[in-house]
Amino acid sequence: MPKVSMNVNGKAVSGEVEGRTLLVEFLRETLGLTGTHVGCDTSQCGACTVHIGGKSIKSCSTFALDCEGAEVTTIEGMANADGSLSTMQQAFQDHHGLQCGFCTPGMVMAATALLKENPKPSEAEVRHYLQGNICRCTGYHNIVKAILAASGQDVSAIAAE
Amino acid sequence: MPKDGQIGPATKRREDVRFLTGKGRYTDDINLRGQAHAYFLRSQVAHGKINGIDTAAAAAMPGVIRIFTGKDFEGIGGLPCGWQVTDKHGKPMLEPGHPVLAQGKVRHVGDPIAVVVAETEAQARDAAEAIEVDLEELPAVMDMKAAVQGGTLVHDDIGSNLCYDWGFVEENKAAVDEAFAKAHHVTTLELVNQRLVANPMEPRVAVGDYDQTMDHHTLYTTSQNPHVIRLLMGAFVLGIPEHKLRVVAPDVGGGFGSKIFHYAEEAFVTFAAKAINRPVKWTSSRSEAFMSDAHGRDHVSKIELALDAEGHFQALRTETYANMGAYLSTFAPSVPTWLHGTLMAGNYKTPLIYVNVKAVFTNTVPVDAYRGAGRPEATYQLERVVDKAAREMGIDPIELRRKNFVTEFPYATPVAVEYDTGDYVATMDKLEEMADIKGFPARLEASKKKGKLRGLGINCYIEACGIAPSHLVGQLGARAGLYESATVRVNATGSISVMTGSHSHGQGHETAFPQVVADMIGIDASQIEIVHGDTANTPMGMGTYGSRSLAVGGSAIVRATNKIISKAKKIAAHLLEASEGDIELKDGKFSVAGTDKSVDWAGVTLAAYVPHNYPLESLEPGLEETAFYDPANFTYPSGAYACEVEVDPETGKVTIESFAAADDFGNIVNPMIVDGQVHGGIGQGIGQALLENTVYDENGQLLSASYMDYAMPRANDVPFYKVDHSCQTPCTHNPLGVKGCGEAGAIGTPPAVVNAVLDALNRAGHDVAHIDMPMSPARVWAAMQK
Amino acid sequence: MYAFEFERPKTVEDAVAALKSDEAQALGGGQTLIPTLKSRLAAPAKLVSLQGIDTMKFVKAEGGVLSVGGGTPHAVVAAEAAKSYPGLAALAGNIGDPSVRNKGTVGGSLANNDPSACYPSAALASGATIVTDHREIAADDFFDGLFTTALEEGEIITEVRFPIPEAANYQKFEQPASRFALVGVFVAKFSDGVRVAVTGASGDGVFRWTEAEEALSKSFTPEALKELTVDDSDMIEDLHGSAAYRAHLVKVMTGRAVAAAG
Repeated sequence: MPKVSMNVNGKAVSGEVEGRTLLVEFLRETLGLTGTHVGCDTSQCGACTVHIGGKSIKSCSTFALDCEGAEVTTIEGMANADGSLSTMQQAFQDHHGLQCGFCTPGMVMAATALLKENPKPSEAEVRHYLQGNICRCTGYHNIVKAILAASGQDVSAIAAE
Repeated sequence: MPKDGQIGPATKRREDVRFLTGKGRYTDDINLRGQAHAYFLRSQVAHGKINGIDTAAAAAMPGVIRIFTGKDFEGIGGLPCGWQVTDKHGKPMLEPGHPVLAQGKVRHVGDPIAVVVAETEAQARDAAEAIEVDLEELPAVMDMKAAVQGGTLVHDDIGSNLCYDWGFVEENKAAVDEAFAKAHHVTTLELVNQRLVANPMEPRVAVGDYDQTMDHHTLYTTSQNPHVIRLLMGAFVLGIPEHKLRVVAPDVGGGFGSKIFHYAEEAFVTFAAKAINRPVKWTSSRSEAFMSDAHGRDHVSKIELALDAEGHFQALRTETYANMGAYLSTFAPSVPTWLHGTLMAGNYKTPLIYVNVKAVFTNTVPVDAYRGAGRPEATYQLERVVDKAAREMGIDPIELRRKNFVTEFPYATPVAVEYDTGDYVATMDKLEEMADIKGFPARLEASKKKGKLRGLGINCYIEACGIAPSHLVGQLGARAGLYESATVRVNATGSISVMTGSHSHGQGHETAFPQVVADMIGIDASQIEIVHGDTANTPMGMGTYGSRSLAVGGSAIVRATNKIISKAKKIAAHLLEASEGDIELKDGKFSVAGTDKSVDWAGVTLAAYVPHNYPLESLEPGLEETAFYDPANFTYPSGAYACEVEVDPETGKVTIESFAAADDFGNIVNPMIVDGQVHGGIGQGIGQALLENTVYDENGQLLSASYMDYAMPRANDVPFYKVDHSCQTPCTHNPLGVKGCGEAGAIGTPPAVVNAVLDALNRAGHDVAHIDMPMSPARVWAAMQK
Repeated sequence: MYAFEFERPKTVEDAVAALKSDEAQALGGGQTLIPTLKSRLAAPAKLVSLQGIDTMKFVKAEGGVLSVGGGTPHAVVAAEAAKSYPGLAALAGNIGDPSVRNKGTVGGSLANNDPSACYPSAALASGATIVTDHREIAADDFFDGLFTTALEEGEIITEVRFPIPEAANYQKFEQPASRFALVGVFVAKFSDGVRVAVTGASGDGVFRWTEAEEALSKSFTPEALKELTVDDSDMIEDLHGSAAYRAHLVKVMTGRAVAAAG
């Protein structure tokens, strides 16, 4: 079987894969990084979102062999070096931006990529950016609020009650 | 018990840290040593006779361990139905068999025919394609009204496609008909509550494990209720006694009802793990989920409302065809009957009501409870017909609702339930303020200037939650009790483990339940941990659905904690050499009334486990209590919702401009979690109203079989929501005074959205009485062309 | 997915050579092909990924032409063509979702020719030239019905040259589930006339609406479309909309594109 090498969350990793092995399968099954989830098979739900070179991609629609030499970051690599939650992760907890947690890793990865591209997005920009990430629990209210809060914007006026 | 209508603050969720760092443990994250993989070969036709299955070529494929077909399951139980409805003639419903793997016939696209177990999932799927099935296609039974007239049968052995014809309350029918004959005005509406797919983001997964040395089975599964699965699968399908079967549901990635039911795949992996003596894993793909998860709703209804000249409701009459799909899923028969007919009074004092429901078998995926289950169907019909009546009679829709509100409680409805508390005027007042109803004309003008049509939709709802009193559901045909359980285990140093039969699949039990116990004892919630989701270490409980976990499960925890406090007081009395009656518990400290003598919580708990100085003659050591709570009645959350939309007159596209929800959930434990539950329900309600639809063609092919065609709500389909639950009429019969909040949004939202769109069209001069959901751009545009 | 061999060449020449083997198929960004492979609707013996070919990733504007490398992701086009060809950049920046835009490529989109994809309308309305490993094909000769193009077996789109119009705009009316175009209209105004290309609507794939082109060439205003009707006989009819609805949307979206292009 062909071998692939890449850097995942700052660590050099490699493994044997098939041609048809997807990046998400390599992460979950070979590396045991089960934080990246699979929620659909048509590249729409975004539960599998990871970063390659800092940009969000869907690891269910990327072959492991196409990631030769890539810098991959998964949800397991998002916390601060001391283990504390990143600003985005903390905002999700503070604003109840998650319920069942299944879409959450993909949401955090997408949201982090958004703020990198656009550090102070408007509500509409946040909602548009999340086009490729589906959540079934939250009605998106607190996800959008958490992302706006993580960008340093005042969310106290957003209707909660 | 709550001092201020709130038990504990908006505490951040402790479970979030693991979910946010990728450390959640979902069923698909479990991989057992030596595990094999199962792939289900499913029917691609809606209805067909299996003349033969040739697995020889497939069995020779690489990695194949064994191939299973219906033959392997001959003599093994089918999937049981947990509810028996009695029809209007007093006869039990027709109840066809539901095999684990097809026996001679397939009855819907997705019906499992065979399973390949192989070393890898890819090998299993490769081999499944080599299985040759000699299938004779039969005509598909799709249209419910035609299906009950005769013709092709979904199940030949039961002789009819009509599962039951239910009348409620049958004795009232003549009086209802008479009221209609005399009515000043009758509003009639025919509508469809479309078929939905629950679509929790985590697809279903099942892993079976078998320990030959102990003849012991373990099933890891994506379930809202592991004990129910153990009972149904153990007792009715595979014949495994409880002590030889452990069911574990670890972190569950959403359910919305679809993970209540016992599914064939769970029974299969448990069976196969023993057959090959290796763990067997099955992971559903999303495409597979569309044809194997139970669907929701799918009612075709006619509703009529009789009014007097002033707009007072005189009588209500409905006729509904409810699609059961090809088999009876676990709780399917109860949804269109006891969870639907009993709610038809809504918030109104309509004196006479008659509900008729015909449940029909078709060649489609089985239909069962989906968030709200029966209550959204009732609310949608009622609130749509009230809105239509308001338009026909020229009465303001809010005024017409207010005119008919139930205002005195308890209120016994003509459909067999008794609302204990509620204040529908208060929630409507609150809503009018939140939604700034007075400011609507100005917003309408602003929209007009942009070339958009604006509409305002109002909706009220009540629901019956906290499912349910066992004695009542037993009379109604339930084959299970619906109590909940809790064991409170106080450890020697005062920390507490609470084992509950409820099981969170996103609701935050790990955070909210400790708040209840902490509040009662007066210790910090961080000292308390929740154990759930594993039959090996939780007492037999019925699980999480029907907005029941706090109302029923939380009440069991209160009962068990009360037993703990009672015993702890006895220990404290001994330690303080006082009489038990004089012991007071406050802020985690036991003191003797009127003295400064006291012992703290940890002092008592240590004495319980290190009984050096302990009343052994009158009290056992240890501090652990179990309670089972069976409610006396349902709870009745209620509320009023408002939605404002803009419609693009050129394309028919609807955008939600604002949404407000005023709910009465009784007392509240964690307001942050409650807000989140309402948001989620509103999101799903908007999905139903505008986007989601499960479409079959006339041959039974599922057209909306992936996210390419099933429209899930996205972030840019919805606005921020205004939610409020400050109107609180506590439940009178559970110790927490709570009512449940999980389903409200999904129940209250669709009619508000639909009423708003129709309001927009009618204000713009389009005489449109109704548009079925989802109100897609294409449908709204088509309605405007008439 | 069925099993297949995987190759990741670094040059166009190596890719062309790799694609010469039996049942070999090129993989662009994979955003459509990978879901297709998962549903086992395609069974290549070999996949030749073009993602490692750096010379196919570029955006440059010169002499009134925007040249985009065939392997350039949509997100890069959205960012780098924003000044030179804003109408095209806006289209690229609204395909799928951000993750899809970081992977999906212009070459992959055109080669696949999905009847609901955005890019074919831009190529056709711009009068683009599709450059392959061995020839140049005019957009008018390239699209050949659903999922069919003038590309030969193993031929790779290395570059697409879009003549930059004086004004252009793309209006997409999204299919509610997939968020592909239920109807998408690209309008491009050149000094010698207007081109209008429609995607999503027709059962034959992307097409030019010539009546609208004539009317708009005389007067580039939404009002110029007033008297036109769109024949719905070739329009797609499915659970998301009737043929009549799609035909209606073609006109509405064309008008909006003209208004937005200014």
